[in-house]
Amino acid sequence: MNCEETQELVDAYVDRELDLVKGLELERHLSECDACSKRQATLLALRSAVSSVYHTPPAWLQKRVTSRIRKVSKREAMARVPRVMAWRWIGVAASVALVLVVSWSVVRLSVHPSPGEVLAREVVSNHVRSLMVDHIADVPSSDQHTVKPWFNGKLDFSPPVIDLDEQGFALVGGRLDYLDSRTVAALVYRRNKHVINLFIWPTDASDTAAQTETHQGYNVIHWCQTHMSYWAVSDLNANELREFAQLAGSKYSQTTP
Amino acid sequence: MFKRSEDRKDEAHLDQQKREQFEARVLPHLGAAYNLARWLTRNDHDAEDVVQESYLRAYKFFGGFRGGDGRAWLLTIVRNTCYTWFQQNRPRELTASLDDSANNIESDAPSPEAELIKSADRKLVTKALEELPLEFREVLVLREMEGMSYKEIADITEIPLGTVMSRLARARKRLQQSLAPNVSREV
Repeated sequence: MNCEETQELVDAYVDRELDLVKGLELERHLSECDACSKRQATLLALRSAVSSVYHTPPAWLQKRVTSRIRKVSKREAMARVPRVMAWRWIGVAASVALVLVVSWSVVRLSVHPSPGEVLAREVVSNHVRSLMVDHIADVPSSDQHTVKPWFNGKLDFSPPVIDLDEQGFALVGGRLDYLDSRTVAALVYRRNKHVINLFIWPTDASDTAAQTETHQGYNVIHWCQTHMSYWAVSDLNANELREFAQLAGSKYSQTTP
Repeated sequence: MFKRSEDRKDEAHLDQQKREQFEARVLPHLGAAYNLARWLTRNDHDAEDVVQESYLRAYKFFGGFRGGDGRAWLLTIVRNTCYTWFQQNRPRELTASLDDSANNIESDAPSPEAELIKSADRKLVTKALEELPLEFREVLVLREMEGMSYKEIADITEIPLGTVMSRLARARKRLQQSLAPNVSREV
């Protein structure tokens, strides 16, 4: 390595940026060349001069920086909390809204129940009313042939009246009642001490299977058969009332022309 | 969508972890940060401001720090903060051209240059260094005071490696001229 090359590389050499092979070559030249080794000495002197004027920060600066960083860190943590809170409130609001919608629907259902339900309640009310007054039957008779003709001229239809005495449901009589915005036939049966009101009126609806409901402790069974709507209601247990409905239903289908 | 309490605990934990990591990896380089800022701004008060601002920025961007040398990463931010500060406060400093008139002086004379430089007191060195253009000052500070490699300096100053080398050589020659003028003139 000659002087020219060395002058080019000596900066990199003192900066430890030369690879090992070049470094060794350069070192050999420096040991032989006075001028080049002076250049190296100058560079090293410059380095030591420059590093002698290193500025040291005042002691308070580190404390200040640390405390400012901690403040920022805290602020970041705080900023996250309201965001979480906001989501929480949105969550709470959504839950409240959901509860409101659901309960409103429930209330609406209870305030404005379905027509069938309205009618079932009306049926129960009429049944209860019939028990309160001492006038459960307009035509008190256990004879179906007495009861049935009684309705003639009082209704615009002829309700089927059947005898179920043998099956343990004694006919008590018949009566006019008012349901579903019309005058209807009410047949009264008795099972032991339990009174059964069977409300009958014509309907356009096609036949439906018997449905049992319970309202205010009374069992209500409703079915449609050959364009008649039947509502049986009693404090009798549901099984026996169902038995009554089945018996009546099968009798109607036998007697229907 | 709803953050559970464990998530919030995790986040609080992450906040704390971030701060602890920052304090362990970046805060120890406050001396280097201050030294660079002080040499670039040439003023105590400005350096203090720049350092504080740099640390706040560093903390903000600490999420983007992918390990490695915390000092080089911090010094990059300090330098950028300094330049932003110059733009706002001393725009003329940035437009000062790198006068290379002194670069052609041959300085490889066999001489007592090294001795002269060694004998220069801190005041003289400080003056000589402060008189250098900003671009020369920063490469000298990074190389001679922080012992950074050419590659690290290139990364911090965002200039090519070759430019780092030539700029460093020119900076040294200028400094040498200031500290050992008579000898240089003789050559």
